[in-house]
Amino acid sequence: MTAAVTAMQQGLQSCEACGLLSRPARGEEEGRCPRCDEELNFRKPASLQRTWAYLVAAAICYVPANLLPVLTTTTAAGSDSDTILQGVVLLWSPTGWPLSLIVLVASIMIPSAKILAMGYLLITVQRGSAQSNEQRIRLYRVVRFIGRWSMVDVFVDTFTAALVQLQPLMSVEPAAGLFFFAAVVVLTMLAVEAFDPRLIWDSAREVRYA
Amino acid sequence: MHTHVHNEPLSDKSLIACLHCDLLQRLPKLPPGASARCIRCDKELWRRRDDSLDRTLALSLAAAVLYVIANSVPMLGLSAVGRQAFTTVFGGAQHLWTNGRQMVSGLVLLTAVVAPGLQIGFMLAIVLAARRSQPARWVGILLRYHPTTCTWSMIEVMLLGVLVALVKIADYATVIPGVALFVLGVLVFLLAGIQASFDPREVWDRVEWAETRGRLSGTVDEIAEATP
Repeated sequence: MTAAVTAMQQGLQSCEACGLLSRPARGEEEGRCPRCDEELNFRKPASLQRTWAYLVAAAICYVPANLLPVLTTTTAAGSDSDTILQGVVLLWSPTGWPLSLIVLVASIMIPSAKILAMGYLLITVQRGSAQSNEQRIRLYRVVRFIGRWSMVDVFVDTFTAALVQLQPLMSVEPAAGLFFFAAVVVLTMLAVEAFDPRLIWDSAREVRYA
Repeated sequence: MHTHVHNEPLSDKSLIACLHCDLLQRLPKLPPGASARCIRCDKELWRRRDDSLDRTLALSLAAAVLYVIANSVPMLGLSAVGRQAFTTVFGGAQHLWTNGRQMVSGLVLLTAVVAPGLQIGFMLAIVLAARRSQPARWVGILLRYHPTTCTWSMIEVMLLGVLVALVKIADYATVIPGVALFVLGVLVFLLAGIQASFDPREVWDRVEWAETRGRLSGTVDEIAEATP
């Protein structure tokens, strides 16, 4: 088998949009893809800084997302607000527990696991770790794949509020926590998009992009 | 400022670099249905699809019809104390908007209505235009942004959310599943089918290039072949 050679070591850039491999013109460091006109770089520009920025913002929003109520229920007897965790508890019943579990996993476990996993990837890349590259790239793919499912609670609350409008008996309205929760989902998705998985493999050869 | 100079393509068309680990490798010749994986990080580099354009066109047409139906009929209904209420997908976003949650409303609209619509529309335009031997430049532009529309299109997630909402509301009112709910259920499978049948490489290979002068750069020796 031949030695592992990366495109960057050969001075080649591959297009993230169309996959074409090309060489920067003489005297240029970066150019555009000759096939699809996408801007080309050896690595995503400022990938680590941008990923950190999204991730820190997501972690900050994570606190109010879990502490503030996402829904306010108003009945003749008064009004009552529920956070995401309270929503999970309310849904727990002899028949409803599977759905309760889905919301628990999608709304509480996935967002926190995503923030921790991306933080781990960023720190290991910055420390120049060359270990368990295969596991780290797999972790990145899992995070990328499951991230969208956190949106489930946003849809639950949206359609519950849109439907339960039985004034003056009972009505449900979205509350402030929903904004922060949606922000966590979007920011973590943006963090995953900003991260360049090729950096995981670069670390092995002391090529650092910080 | 980014340069406007185009890179030079390689003369060896089978050379590619893995987008997940940057390893240079050669794509093997593949029979339809087979796939090539990165020898280092196991990312699927290319899966050659059989009859990609026709199958994708059929699925996209069906998806477009279902998309229009799903967004024009009620999705969920509720009946309690002699009163009935219905909502469409759009109605859900609208309610959030009028109740002071404009940002979240925008996100729901994007992920449940706009992105799926663009995803289906782009794909339909791409496969129709790709029937010509050399698809025009704009096909490449749509193809470039299609993955972004897929990332933000979350119909399957919305369906799960609606299911949970249904169970929640069933505690104190009778819920009536609307036609759109079933149509969306079928649409999820069609969208998955489109992803499984479409071969972007086939279209990229024939699309009109941004750089028309066609300079070629030298080749690279001794590059391992990806595992078929």
